[in-house]
Amino acid sequence: MERSRLIGAMQEILGPDGVIHEREQLRTYECDGLMNYRVIPDLVVLPESAEQVQNVVRLCYEEGIPFVARGSGTGLSGGALPVEAGVLIVMARMRKILEVDIPNQRVVVEPGVINIWVSQEVADDGYYYAPDPASQIVSSIGGNLAENSGGVHCLKYGFTTNHVTGAEVVLADGSVVHIGGGKAPDAPGYELLGAFVGSEGTLGIATKITLRIVRKPESVRTLLAAFKDTEEAGGAVSGIIGAGIVPAAIEMMDALTIEAVETTVAPGFPEAGAILIVELDGPEAEVASQFDKVIETCEANSASEIRVAEDDEERALFWKGRKAAFGAMGSISNDYYVQDGVVPRTELGTVLKKISALSEEYGLRVANVFHAGDGNLHPLVLYDNDVEGEAERAESLAGDIVFTCLEHGGSLTGEHGIGEDKKKYMPKMFTSDDMNVMQLLRCAFDPHQICNPGKIFPTPRLCGERPGPFHMHPIQKAGLAENF
Amino acid sequence: MQTEKTYTEDLQNIVGKGNVREATAEDAIEGTAPSLVVEPGSVDEISAVMKLASANGLVVCPRGGGTKTGLGAPPRSVDIVLSTARMDEIIEHVPGDQVVRVQAGVKLEALQQKLAEANQMLALDPPEAGATVGGVVATNSSGPRRFRYGTVRDLIIGVTVVLADGTVAKAGGKVVKNVAGYDLGKLFTGSLGTLGVIADCNFRLHPRPDSARTVAVEVETPQAARDAAQAIVHSQVEATAIELHWGGETRLVSVLLESIPGGIGAKEERARFLLEPFGGVRTLEDEEADNLGPLDPSPVGDEVFVKITAPPAELAAVLESVLDAAGRRDVTARFTGHAGTGVTFAGLSGEEGALVEVVGEVREIRTRSGGSLVVVSAPLSLKQKADVWGPAGDYGGLLRRVKEKFDPGYTMNPGRFVGGL
Repeated sequence: MERSRLIGAMQEILGPDGVIHEREQLRTYECDGLMNYRVIPDLVVLPESAEQVQNVVRLCYEEGIPFVARGSGTGLSGGALPVEAGVLIVMARMRKILEVDIPNQRVVVEPGVINIWVSQEVADDGYYYAPDPASQIVSSIGGNLAENSGGVHCLKYGFTTNHVTGAEVVLADGSVVHIGGGKAPDAPGYELLGAFVGSEGTLGIATKITLRIVRKPESVRTLLAAFKDTEEAGGAVSGIIGAGIVPAAIEMMDALTIEAVETTVAPGFPEAGAILIVELDGPEAEVASQFDKVIETCEANSASEIRVAEDDEERALFWKGRKAAFGAMGSISNDYYVQDGVVPRTELGTVLKKISALSEEYGLRVANVFHAGDGNLHPLVLYDNDVEGEAERAESLAGDIVFTCLEHGGSLTGEHGIGEDKKKYMPKMFTSDDMNVMQLLRCAFDPHQICNPGKIFPTPRLCGERPGPFHMHPIQKAGLAENF
Repeated sequence: MQTEKTYTEDLQNIVGKGNVREATAEDAIEGTAPSLVVEPGSVDEISAVMKLASANGLVVCPRGGGTKTGLGAPPRSVDIVLSTARMDEIIEHVPGDQVVRVQAGVKLEALQQKLAEANQMLALDPPEAGATVGGVVATNSSGPRRFRYGTVRDLIIGVTVVLADGTVAKAGGKVVKNVAGYDLGKLFTGSLGTLGVIADCNFRLHPRPDSARTVAVEVETPQAARDAAQAIVHSQVEATAIELHWGGETRLVSVLLESIPGGIGAKEERARFLLEPFGGVRTLEDEEADNLGPLDPSPVGDEVFVKITAPPAELAAVLESVLDAAGRRDVTARFTGHAGTGVTFAGLSGEEGALVEVVGEVREIRTRSGGSLVVVSAPLSLKQKADVWGPAGDYGGLLRRVKEKFDPGYTMNPGRFVGGL
């Protein structure tokens, strides 16, 4: 279809306001939160209803045009990176909270609803939405679903996948399905919703999402503990978990991160080699007793200082310091690369040491701020883009860090996704059979692979193929297509 | 039969002579008799068995502890029962990581015993004794603890599967937080052996609670049961389970509370206070609490056992719709259920035609409000008259496409799952 006719057809569906086609305006959407990769989409559309999404997707399907859905664009792995000859479907105008059902602890929202709005909506009823990525004031529920976002409180409460109970999904052919039970559990059939959450927009577009909301706890207590180094702090983490305590959050920041945070938001953190923020919540008596145990454990691991948040204001300050950490890096480095590896908790100490050695080897600083409770590391590799070759070295160092995570039984990504950024690493974690079998799912949902193509998998196969030894597809043999 | 003998030998060559045997009447699945029972001892052996089966058009039915072979529609045919009985190794348990990796044939009880040594547990408590981990995953079996910890899908973090053509694939890993690739562990949860054989699984674990107490309220009406459950659901007590027991003289909502020794008293006091408006409240002795687990889904006599799901706040409507439909047809009903999560089990006794009608009527009502009714176990004759699963909704076509991608030859457990898959 000619571009001008496509624009016309999209305008028929969305009205003139809902279609962006001027090159300068399109550039706004050339990347998401990961700015290493930039692609200007052919067209951007802004649907306001599920029906419009369906019509847009159907048109794309009929014309064989690939499309990518985008929420707030805060993703850090290039999951919402546009495809050049494709349509970018921006969900930001679909931001209605459709239903609040307190008796069943469920909220139904459109995908463009911002994460924190859900908690705000149900706060007066004594509820909140548990998954709280650091980007929660801007990231959308649809994007959270696509990436299976985590957050600081997922140690106790789980990830997005544990809190999405149903979704209305527009599939690649424009058909609409409702997966997951929504308000009733255990819908008969395969667990399609569990497979869909975290599929990084490659299986369809969610147009309506049912979320579980959680009762606010009776009591919340937070402390900040300072240590000589990350090893001692790590010892405290092991001690807390070993005592059978499941904190709502355990976060660690190293000296470089503390320095950056103090330079910017200045929460008044103590000078230390490492800081832990530990939060407990739940019934009062339980929290009080376990909180004492946490303090003892920190002391036993030579904490140089322990501060207990006296009120909500002080707690907010602790969290402000933690959540500002990424942004604060700008104060000590021109550029930085966020890594998102995971290691088994017992390997934390070893891996942190190796990261430190790698940092020296590459001659680049690495700041560590991470979810210590679940082993999800966020080493920030600091570099200067103006120094020739440094960006490449930073990426290479970040790669070596994540390979170290894999060597120690970990994963390539804990919450940011594979997206465009890490697909080249997938063969380090999965065999070609593993990935081919994952592709079977993709082929069931999107046989022509027009839904966010090119993400997650380095070399997706055509859907007619069976897993097993590689055979050239007939279309390739005939010289009609490049290697897939 | 010449061909059968050939397969026996081929299979013996794969898994060893003593691990292939002719099937007996006890191996029949819903009245359909397999020819052979094969017990592979490794992932490679499963793979080789599957290659042989799919290449020769043999139908395979995976089996763990055999506690749920009655779940699902009768199979179209079965040639081989693939038993995971020899795959019973706990591969890796690192207490500090709170994760465990196990072969599918490990019995859940054995796993719990092992984990208890490190003061940990897999927070799954389905009622069937003897179930294997693989079977619990394949049937998405859960128990009272789902109120607090979720179900299999919430606890499984990695899986190794073998497809019908012998392809071995893994997904997920052994870390709790992980978003690399598609989550096939969840996809295989509840797939009833129709997508492939689950060879091993990784789970996240939880600390075992130090102390527990069960507080119960005697209710008179479905509405009181519903309101009592809701009072706990919407409180800050952080109950582990909220269970309904309704049948004969018993009409009880019980609440399992778990905590540290210093916290359990306060929880108990709070729960008692919350339950008081709905009937007589008492704290149960351990033995009574133990006996109030969910119903084992094995039918008592000719009993038909169904699982009804609904939004949890509709508990009263669920009970009333069943009691009403049953009462009009001289059918008796007893219930247990996870009153906080919207899962209710009913054991129904009566004349078969009447039971079929009750199943149909209640299913229609529940489906209309977004829930479902699944026949968990029933005599074969009833299963032939009432669809076991009910309608799949608008995702039925997608289910079929998934099945046909993973198992295009319908080698795995054909005909047993939703929509005849």
